Amino acid sequence: MKTIYLDHIAATPLLPAAREAMLPYLAEIFGNPQSRHQRGRIPREAIQQAREEIAQLIHCEAREIIFTASGSEANNLAIKGVLASGQKKGRHIITSVIEHFSVAHPLKHLEHKGYDITWIPVDKTGRVRPEDVAAAISEETILVSIMHANNEIGTIQAIQEIAQITQEAGALFHTDAVATVGIIPFDVDELGVDLAGFSSQQFYGPKGVGALYVRRGTRLSPLVEGGIQEEGRRAGTENVAGIVGMGAAAKEAKNQVPIENTRLSRLRDGLIDGLLRRVSVLHVTGDRQNRLPNIASFAAEYVDGEALVRVLEKQGIIAASGSSCSADALKISPVLTAIGYSGNVAQGGILFSLGTQTCNDDIDAVLSIFPACVEEIRRVSPLYAMRIGGTTP
Amino acid sequence: MEFPIFMDNHSTTPVDPRVMEVMIPYFTKAFGNSASRNHSFGWEAEKAVDRARGQIAQLLHCQAKEIIFTSGATESNNLAIKGAAEMYHEKGNHIITVVTEHKAVLDSAKRLERDGFEVTYLPVESDGLVSLEAVKDAITDKTILISIMMANNEIGVIQPIAEIGVIAKEKGVLFHCDATQGVGKIPVDVQAMGVDLLSLSAHKIYGPKGIGALYVRKRNPRVRIAPLIDGGGHERGMRSGTLNIPGIVGLGEACEICEKEMTEEAARMKRMQQRLQSLIMEGLDEVYLNGHGEKRLPQNLNMSFAYVEGESLLMGLKEIALSSGSACTTASLEPSYVLRALGVGSDLAHSSLRFGLGRFNTDEEVDYVAKRVIETVIRLREMSPLYEMAKEGIDLKSVQWAEH
Repeated sequence: MKTIYLDHIAATPLLPAAREAMLPYLAEIFGNPQSRHQRGRIPREAIQQAREEIAQLIHCEAREIIFTASGSEANNLAIKGVLASGQKKGRHIITSVIEHFSVAHPLKHLEHKGYDITWIPVDKTGRVRPEDVAAAISEETILVSIMHANNEIGTIQAIQEIAQITQEAGALFHTDAVATVGIIPFDVDELGVDLAGFSSQQFYGPKGVGALYVRRGTRLSPLVEGGIQEEGRRAGTENVAGIVGMGAAAKEAKNQVPIENTRLSRLRDGLIDGLLRRVSVLHVTGDRQNRLPNIASFAAEYVDGEALVRVLEKQGIIAASGSSCSADALKISPVLTAIGYSGNVAQGGILFSLGTQTCNDDIDAVLSIFPACVEEIRRVSPLYAMRIGGTTP
Repeated sequence: MEFPIFMDNHSTTPVDPRVMEVMIPYFTKAFGNSASRNHSFGWEAEKAVDRARGQIAQLLHCQAKEIIFTSGATESNNLAIKGAAEMYHEKGNHIITVVTEHKAVLDSAKRLERDGFEVTYLPVESDGLVSLEAVKDAITDKTILISIMMANNEIGVIQPIAEIGVIAKEKGVLFHCDATQGVGKIPVDVQAMGVDLLSLSAHKIYGPKGIGALYVRKRNPRVRIAPLIDGGGHERGMRSGTLNIPGIVGLGEACEICEKEMTEEAARMKRMQQRLQSLIMEGLDEVYLNGHGEKRLPQNLNMSFAYVEGESLLMGLKEIALSSGSACTTASLEPSYVLRALGVGSDLAHSSLRFGLGRFNTDEEVDYVAKRVIETVIRLREMSPLYEMAKEGIDLKSVQWAEH
């Protein structure tokens, strides 16, 4: 049985070109980039090249990139670093209710410490309305942090408008771009962002490396200090191989994004439309138009998402019930709750994330296998039996 | 012999081919996210992480659950110090550390000072060791944390960790140890040493860069630290972010190899270190060993060559990768703060070289390096009027320098 891997949002296989680029830096080119002897020079130059490749992917300058160990670290650094730098005075921060934990949790922590956080709600499609941000923003606002696209429901936010509102109010704008950089076009100037956190492994680079874009002139205090690496903004011996791999993946992504965007969007729509036709009481989650090309997400009634994932794997399909980014197996996704699904429907979250190797046949296979899997679970659901029998529970 | 000869193993080490081999499958084949709880890709990644945790625990004599993965020792040090300070600040605001610590510790301490903490920076003796009396005397009822490194990255001296552990325990103070240079080279036992938090890094022990760990004691006492990186709650909530699976697998394997081979390897390193030291000492006068003669890593040799600039010496030894100071601070031409703390004058501090022996160095390389160091020092001294004057018996301190 062929395995159809549709959980690219949790993890991607390393791009072969990235792997090839990395291997020498795990073997013979092992110097410490900060060493001044010749063993340090080549790794130092390799890091610079990767920095430039990544800068090209998001249309910024190489020196505006800070390497981190993950997208989570990048988001933490952005938020805590901006506040600690004291560049702007004030106690108010604006964010949304569907942010990734690496944004939501630091902000909750700051809220306990006395910061004033406005949690902007989203509509049924998961969109933050820019006018809500405009209404909440004030002179006290230091930072606005709104994710570019949601990793569970695929909704892409109106970042450009929100960033402009933020800029006009004199606050800094941060976006968690983990789900978008390397997947859809990303231009820091066009979007108007001051800080953007992203991760290598979302676009087929290695795990263990991420980056934060910091617009030139933005002051930032380090989270990890005690070394001159990354111009003192992130200390610690550089993960040279990881950075090189991320650079190679960024280079590939720059070429592939336009092509893959079209191809994946078509596959995604085929999957969404096909499943909606084939399965009853199944809801697509997120915005149908402003949507990541690689995300097909649903809430299935009378189904437990985790059980469904396991049943699907028996049929060779790897999917997710929601975000994998929480170590605690959360039964109910806060994102699905935020877009208005109540407990038992939100429990039926199912998320397919497509990737470079996903093809038409894979989608067809899911279309033919998925309905029976849902049926298998619903068969043992007394609530579903009542529904079929015409009684309302 | 292959050139350049790498004798800078305190700055970093090459990945052991055996480590590399176990990492490779986790890049492309078993590429799952260990936090994916419901499918086999996630389980396989989780299994690999658990195995590595066990391998590290074995080397440190702790439980697997007490290991928190980080991106390296710098992050571990930041996390331990800032995390403990934030968690226990209501108990007290005093921290004790030592002037010869790595910058990751010193800069974290400085950050806390700006946030209202009080930090005591203990001095060291001329051999680089901290005095136990000084540690004891520095503790107040406000002290929440002592942070002292196991082995120094520049001069290799090994601090009396177990004794400090006893003091810390007696006083009910948490004890963090930056063991970046000690783990894998000398025996580490967090139980016997009474360490509560311990930092380590993979790339100093023939593992990959970009991965490290922090040991966080779970029992007697149960140590809690606030995270630096907050999010999905990975690593018991102390360090969020998708785990670097190949890196973790590599760190685990590197630890297992060290555990198995440490006794034999340390003996071999000691022999090479002594050979290097005696060859150089025999070949040159006015060479000074920095740091304690015995209580030092078998891999380390740090020497000052009077009347010679360390930088010029390095220039003359281009085919050998060595360091004249800690790699993390080499962008500045300040004399090493570690050597200055030992009371080494700035002239001698500027004339120091750090030799870091490692697993892949050979006796042949040791002989070659000794020979080239001797040649180069002699050549440079021939050009040094100061050396000439000193040889003629003129006390340089008595020289009246003319002003231009």
